[in-house]
Amino acid sequence: MTPASFKKVRVLIGKPGLDGHDRGVKVIARALRDAGFEVIYTGLHQTPEMIANAAVQEDVDAIGVSILSGAHNHLFQRIMDLLKRKKSEDIVVFGGGIIPEEDVPGLKKIGVAKVFLPGTDTKEIVEWLNKEIKK
Amino acid sequence: MKPFYKPQDIDGLDYRRDLNDPGLFPYTRGIHETMYRGRLWTTRLFSGFGSPEETNKRYKFLLEHGQTGLSVAFDFPTLMGYDADQERAEGEVGKCGVNVSTLADMETLFSGIPLDKVTTSMTINGPAAVLLAMYLVVAEKQGVAWTKVGGTVQNDVLKEFIAQNSYAFPPDPSMRVVVDMIEFCTREVPQFNPVSISGYHIREAGSTAAQELSFTLADGFAYVEACMARGLKVDDFAPRLSFFFDAHNDFFEEIAKFRAARRIWAQTMKEKYAVKNERSLKMRFHTQTAGCSLTAQQPYNNVVRTAIQALAAVLGGTQSLHTNAWDETLALPTELAAMTALRTQQIIAHESAVTQTIDPLAGSYFIEALTNRLEKEARDYFKKIEAMGGMVNAVKAGFPQREIADASYHYQKQIEQKETIIVGLNEFKSAKETPIEILKIPDDIREGQAKRIAAVKKRRNAKRVEETLGLLKSAAREGQNIMPPLLDCARAYATMGEMMETLKGVFGEYHDPGIF
Repeated sequence: MTPASFKKVRVLIGKPGLDGHDRGVKVIARALRDAGFEVIYTGLHQTPEMIANAAVQEDVDAIGVSILSGAHNHLFQRIMDLLKRKKSEDIVVFGGGIIPEEDVPGLKKIGVAKVFLPGTDTKEIVEWLNKEIKK
Repeated sequence: MKPFYKPQDIDGLDYRRDLNDPGLFPYTRGIHETMYRGRLWTTRLFSGFGSPEETNKRYKFLLEHGQTGLSVAFDFPTLMGYDADQERAEGEVGKCGVNVSTLADMETLFSGIPLDKVTTSMTINGPAAVLLAMYLVVAEKQGVAWTKVGGTVQNDVLKEFIAQNSYAFPPDPSMRVVVDMIEFCTREVPQFNPVSISGYHIREAGSTAAQELSFTLADGFAYVEACMARGLKVDDFAPRLSFFFDAHNDFFEEIAKFRAARRIWAQTMKEKYAVKNERSLKMRFHTQTAGCSLTAQQPYNNVVRTAIQALAAVLGGTQSLHTNAWDETLALPTELAAMTALRTQQIIAHESAVTQTIDPLAGSYFIEALTNRLEKEARDYFKKIEAMGGMVNAVKAGFPQREIADASYHYQKQIEQKETIIVGLNEFKSAKETPIEILKIPDDIREGQAKRIAAVKKRRNAKRVEETLGLLKSAAREGQNIMPPLLDCARAYATMGEMMETLKGVFGEYHDPGIF
């Protein structure tokens, strides 16, 4: 594959809310970059608005969101609503963090494509995202 | 790492110079002559969730079951200096800890708990000065003299920029506020630790043991230098500096880390900062077992991990200890999980007999070689940091942040390539996981807290609030110590958000540069 014929998949990696835990998100951002994705990392303490705006502006294919604060139900809902309002529902939204398994069905219902639970191998995330983008 | 260690591996080790008896310089073997034979470590479980009423109940429960100190976990709005009713607090109130928006919340949190009978550790950094002010006003209202108030505010802002990320102001004004608090406490609240210099979060962010040791001590030296630059006498404040470390999986390396930390601190304080007071040389520290080592898979295995890590902390001579609960990769602990964590410490303390002999591993070729190696790695880092102009500059340049991100990524790769085995995660997996009960925090805490704030605002004297906030602003601007005006703000029931917005107006606000 030559660089000219290969458009890199663009992924926005975001930390919404006031949560400061960023060990996982940095590892994911780096693993995705190493796997050939173009990664834009927002840094910490973003509002859902900041994330949705950045995603649209940067024309990303996917948004990966990390939440370890317990505020996942609220924050995912806001992000999904904002993307809908911006007619950007085609952006794949996935996430991970400290999210109890029982909350996952509810998140999928509002359009979150996948929630990765603690202990996930980064290769699994890379493989999943590659498949999901090709859909 | 060698398969075994021999006398040659500790060539040149001089007992009196490098180890010495417990309680004697350089305190490698422990800061007290009698250590746990004289007094056990403080069992201090970090806890807080939901509303102040609920957390107050949990504190009373823990105290009734033999816990000897309190440790407050605040929710993210509190940690970041927002009131529960501010927009940024949406979805987060009470989730990760207890919410405190006004003095009224602080009064509820410690209701029925006399502040001269317990010591309280508060994990708070960006808004540490505000929470300290509220705590001291609660003491005042209970009729407890400040000279009798003991405890700790974490207030280690350097490691916030490095790892924990609950900062408020940029590095320079943040350092100034820390020095204000050290200056104030040295004078007015002599039993209080105004800063707990923390490696825990550095380690949890993915650092190695050597990096945790190096950056934490370098942060400590930066505070010492900042206080001396203000004109404080080192022997007046240094005895109240306390530390906080992680206890991770590598059992012997952790023990060696604690021993090396004490030795480096004592030697540096004596040689570089010329302290005279013996208490300035003694590194006192709290330890928490490694949250990041726990797995969501087969969660009951976490009890065993925690027990081994806690034992390392005890063999390393910790002054106080938090043990994590088995369910903390999933949520805040249930009462049963928290109780088991407490019992783990009590079993080590009362059944294992390890408390009977001080620093029992001293003289082991392996432990002494490890201790020496960690000390050397730390001193190598100190040279690099010094070349950058000290830790504040190194932090501004993102140096420790990058070192940690590299180490963290490397560790993850090791796990994924099975060079490091984590039981239940990448080996010895179970086909079927049994779900465990986890603590659910209701979503309506914010509503309740917002109502409380509204009630406080209604009954307080608005003019007095405006006045005290004005005085706070001018103190911040004119370089006066901000603690006295903050105390007046707290007495007037100004909210956390009001005080923090006032200070941000003068100092500015820090934003994550997003280094990965």
